[in-house]
Amino acid sequence: MEDEKQILFAGFGGQGVLSMGQFLAYAAMNTGKHVSWVPSYGAEMRGGTANCLVTISSEEIYSPLTEHPLVAVVLNRPSLDKFETKVKPDGCLVINTSMVDRDPKRTDLMVLKIPVNELAEEMGNTRGSNMILLGAYLEKTSVVKVEDALQHFEVIYRGKKEKVIKRNREAFLAGVEWAKKNW
Amino acid sequence: MNKVLMKGNEALAEGAILAGCRGFFGYPITPSSEIAEYMARKLPKIGGIFVQAESELAAINMVYGGASTGTRVMTASSGPGLSLKQEGISFISEAELPCLIVNISRGGPGLGGIQPSQGDYFQATRGGGHGDYHTMVLAPASTQEMMDFAILGYELADRYRIPVVIMAEGTLGNLMEPVIVRDEVTNFVEKPWAISGCQGRKPNIVNTLHLTAEELEGRNRHLFSKYEDIQMNEKRAETFMVEDADIVVVAFGLLARVIKRSVIDARKHGVKAGLIRPMTLWPFPDEHIKAVTDTCKVILSMEISMGQMIQDIRLAAEGRVPVEFYGRIGFLPNPEELTREILAVAERKGL
Repeated sequence: MEDEKQILFAGFGGQGVLSMGQFLAYAAMNTGKHVSWVPSYGAEMRGGTANCLVTISSEEIYSPLTEHPLVAVVLNRPSLDKFETKVKPDGCLVINTSMVDRDPKRTDLMVLKIPVNELAEEMGNTRGSNMILLGAYLEKTSVVKVEDALQHFEVIYRGKKEKVIKRNREAFLAGVEWAKKNW
Repeated sequence: MNKVLMKGNEALAEGAILAGCRGFFGYPITPSSEIAEYMARKLPKIGGIFVQAESELAAINMVYGGASTGTRVMTASSGPGLSLKQEGISFISEAELPCLIVNISRGGPGLGGIQPSQGDYFQATRGGGHGDYHTMVLAPASTQEMMDFAILGYELADRYRIPVVIMAEGTLGNLMEPVIVRDEVTNFVEKPWAISGCQGRKPNIVNTLHLTAEELEGRNRHLFSKYEDIQMNEKRAETFMVEDADIVVVAFGLLARVIKRSVIDARKHGVKAGLIRPMTLWPFPDEHIKAVTDTCKVILSMEISMGQMIQDIRLAAEGRVPVEFYGRIGFLPNPEELTREILAVAERKGL
């Protein structure tokens, strides 16, 4: 329980929020960690935001839920408004500045800003914005090591078309490079 | 070890297939539908039958028919759908046919909502339909147990010739976790009662109509002697830090697992908490409850309902310690909230 990390991913439906969380859960599982992934469920999904909570631990996970995630990855403004106050003290906020037009109010958090929609458009891969963000986040924090995530890329996307895997890998690597330069 | 990340609903469906389930009859309803979807994809490829029936009534009667042939069959639904199936479950219980009935629970009454719930506890544990009967009820708490209890469910169903209900909150159906995929079940019990073609033997008859009082009373007594065996042999519960606990929480399902974290957090605040997690809701593990009444000062029932299992807990505690209640509706509470409630009860009781 001591090294347990709970990471919330939130945004509009269609921004790849749920699959981002699933990718992280898969990647962490493949490095031998205990993991869980819970999607938001019910009315929230219709209210404009989709979110999921990923828990990663080296021990058995008791609660896949929490009031206070250590990290919130927010892809749009309503998600920042909703979850900024919930993040654990001294936790971390990752903000997609392409879709969030204000700064966070809290001063105790590590804030990582990245304009993922612009970066995705520059690459001509508008659907890759979630993987750009995930690549950048893992490069910065090593919640799962970048090389471990890359090693398991094919396994995680098992059953998907080769082109899809390739585009996601490119987006992920673009995020890694961006984080090296900017964070 | 073959670990796969799966949703609870998928793990349950795969577990049923590994246990030899070859017939699924259902009607879709949130939050159970992934089970039907999984079965629709898989069963036809392995010689099984998947039917999306025209109604829940039709589905449960297809289960009745399928189970009569000795085939391992199942249905899955949620609250409103389970209500519609109760007549059939009563018939299946009296006909003593093994089958698996899954309730991925949502809140009621009425159409209610699609959020997780434990409000079908009474329906599941008291029979649910007309007449004197019980189904066995298993309550998993993890994606792994969704798979394992499907396999166990068929084993128990065949052993006792009884419908087995698996009840899990909607959230557990959607929760993804690594699952160790179990081996395919290969040893099945003989079913000499099955309607399987009677060449060379007397025909078997499946019937639930008993018009004379003597015959009907005999049937009921027979069922209840079987239920006695089940109560003797099949109560299951997990205990967690109860040995020195002043306050013992009793909860089932995913909720109970979340409470493990609250138990640990409460202990960090100096409150000696523990947990009993019934894994079988019927038969209810009353001995596990009774055992802690000598050492604990209060029992706290936590449920996603207005309080149903608390009645069984009170019966089991026999008035030896007070039994308190905390319930929420429409969502699975976070561990922080449950910790606060454990601490509040401890303070009220001067612990």
